[in-house]
Amino acid sequence: MFRFPKTAIACMLLALCSTSFAQGATNFPGVGRDATPKEVAAWDIDVRPDFKGLPPGSGTVAKGQDIWEAKCAQCHGFFGESGEVFSPLIGGVTQDDIKSGNVANLRTTTFPGRTTFMKVATLSTVWDFINRAMPWNAPKSLSTDDVYAVTAFMLNLSGIVPDDFTLSDKNIREVQNRMPNRNGMTTEHSLWPGKEFRGVSKPDTHNVACMKDCAPEPKVASMLPDFARNAHGNLAEQNRLVGAQHGADTTRPERKVGAPIEPVTNVPASSPKTEADTKQPTALMQKYICTTCHAVDRKIVGPAFMDVAKKYPGQVDYITKKIQSGGSGIWGPVPMPAQKLTEAEARTIATWIAGGAGK
Amino acid sequence: MQGDFGSGRVQKAPESFLDQKGIKTVFEEAKKGRRDFIRNAFAAAAAGVAVPAAIAQGNPVPSEGGDVNILKLPEHSTNLGQGVASDGGYGKPSKFEGNVQRRQSPGLTQTTQASVSFAPLQSLFGIVTPSGLHFERHHQGWWDIDPSKHRLMINGMVNASKVFTLDEIMRLPSVSRFHFIECGANTAVDWGNVAVPTVQYTHGMLSCSEFTGVPLITLLELAGADLKNGKFVLAEGADGSSMTRTIPMSLILSGEVFVAYGQNGEMLRPEQGYPLRLIVPGVQGVSWVKYLRRIKVGDMPFATKDEAVHYIDLLPGGQHRQYTSIQECKSVVTTPSGGQVLLDKGFYNITGLAWSGRGKVKKVDVSVDGGRNWRTARIEQPVMSKALTRFNLDWVWDGKPAIIQSRATDETGFVQPTYQQLRSVRGTRSIYHNNAIQSWLVQESGEVKNVQVS
Repeated sequence: MFRFPKTAIACMLLALCSTSFAQGATNFPGVGRDATPKEVAAWDIDVRPDFKGLPPGSGTVAKGQDIWEAKCAQCHGFFGESGEVFSPLIGGVTQDDIKSGNVANLRTTTFPGRTTFMKVATLSTVWDFINRAMPWNAPKSLSTDDVYAVTAFMLNLSGIVPDDFTLSDKNIREVQNRMPNRNGMTTEHSLWPGKEFRGVSKPDTHNVACMKDCAPEPKVASMLPDFARNAHGNLAEQNRLVGAQHGADTTRPERKVGAPIEPVTNVPASSPKTEADTKQPTALMQKYICTTCHAVDRKIVGPAFMDVAKKYPGQVDYITKKIQSGGSGIWGPVPMPAQKLTEAEARTIATWIAGGAGK
Repeated sequence: MQGDFGSGRVQKAPESFLDQKGIKTVFEEAKKGRRDFIRNAFAAAAAGVAVPAAIAQGNPVPSEGGDVNILKLPEHSTNLGQGVASDGGYGKPSKFEGNVQRRQSPGLTQTTQASVSFAPLQSLFGIVTPSGLHFERHHQGWWDIDPSKHRLMINGMVNASKVFTLDEIMRLPSVSRFHFIECGANTAVDWGNVAVPTVQYTHGMLSCSEFTGVPLITLLELAGADLKNGKFVLAEGADGSSMTRTIPMSLILSGEVFVAYGQNGEMLRPEQGYPLRLIVPGVQGVSWVKYLRRIKVGDMPFATKDEAVHYIDLLPGGQHRQYTSIQECKSVVTTPSGGQVLLDKGFYNITGLAWSGRGKVKKVDVSVDGGRNWRTARIEQPVMSKALTRFNLDWVWDGKPAIIQSRATDETGFVQPTYQQLRSVRGTRSIYHNNAIQSWLVQESGEVKNVQVS
């Protein structure tokens, strides 16, 4: 042991840090090496609120719309409004908000939901996140100019920039000054574990540990409605078989007072996932995120598997091909992109769908 | 404790006195929303049957004069058992423990890759979460990364940007520490009202492990970081989401923040960031960046997606609190808890977990009358800073309705708030950082329900 963190603190207190830390590398010879400029460039992708780190480039609203419809609309909807898969991105902001920098709908409880553009104060956040993490199933695949274009399109959908706008590293700071919720954040709270924001250190709740005759007679103000009794599955199967308490059998009405607990006869064995399991259609559909857009019995972004089964009963070859190649125009305006999976995997899923998409 | 707790919904479970056909009819009517029909049906059924006054002995002597499990020797007492390493070299829980699983909350998310699985707190003992039951939160799916190809880079306000292999990180002096990790959105669904039935779903984004790794300050020193002007550090993951969060340098200087590869004696599990994750004690889970690939030193916060769009706390006036990170003092009774059934009247051990993002838990009080009167629970050792702490309290259930609550106090003197206190400052739309006192209603039937009291 050469150096403990406490030494570092003591060093800070003595104001010796800069000289001391500069020679740190000699403390652990042979551990770590300098990163090459090429390596740093490959990973140093973050963009800060002051746009430090933003690479030069530009993109138009029109180009952004093309990229959006091909790569983003499946999950987020054509106008970024969809809440089917993720929280909605666009909506809920007004021209008044753009002027004031505070989104009025955040003050009401009547507006349903909170979109990304209602909340986000910093445009850098939007650019940085699209660049590092989108599209969801192919993150980091967009070019720099593509990221500018998609960002421009989202700004246009929010009424922040006009239809003919080109967003670039030259004008992004001006656009930041039009962000609808740019004044909507505060760091005046005690939940930051440091002194960097000069925030308040006193917590905002002030309970006292009263021990006797504290609160008035309690009334139950909220509990689950009876119809939700089994909504989280049978709770008897979510508790250990033995113990001071057993799980309630929520497939049946509540037990009567004093009645003996019936032994659970179905012992669910914990079986590790086998190779065979992962080849099951449901496992494949989770792996390849089919279930993001499709459900068995209802339309999400794409059609219900049962509806596909009704339209193409037994047509394994056709469905296999459609999974692999993608398609558009049959079930609605949102195209399904070509899926990156093997033919055998596509066939496993297609066989299940063509057979009726049953359990 | 008197009364019916005001709601009129705490029924004495007369359902059980209906026959099968009657139950079917009642459920059909319930689907049509006819509550009055149901109530009348129950009343009629209950009137015809005498409720047994005495509650049966839990383990009565059978008529044959002894328990068949004692009198007839079982197979495992009269035969040869299994050999060593017959489990493939890595042991598994008993097959009878199959119910103890981490679970998704139905309908919470549309995908499994941007989702949560909750730890089964109702079935866990002590303070350590078995690694396979540790709660999961992924933003863009999990990976099992080849550790020989994983790299950690340090850059930004440093003398020299550095690259480390796992071999190198594991050569450095290490620390092993127990810490809790709680998602900032734990208990979020209950901010407005009761939404889920069990402690797994209300509080299960909570786990505690012994983590092993290298203090981040050591690595920053090796890179010659500017510890004076570099007040903020960005932590970045190697997965598709490249998760990023800002960490205060002052916390790193305290020596508490470390880069972990070990968890409960083995390497981190893939779902927990194998082979490298940041440990930020006392701070919400989203900052414990998994698959950690890069640390950048800067002089301003980074406003990443998960600190500028999500993990921000809406206040009633329309402002959002940004960079909220500390998980304030909180506790929950894990048994008896929602969805469980007390087998009988008589003795029970009320047990639960307490924790604080500001240090050690000092005291836990428990009420069985909905918060009117409290008794101080036994705190079990060890009590460690920013780790889960186990508490226990003896209780004899008299068979009457009871509302069980726990209330923790940490070493700073902070007392866990009630829902009323929390909502009076933050409203009901904050989503994150709900550390309110939890209430479990024990009904006369023995069934326990998640409730909120006024």
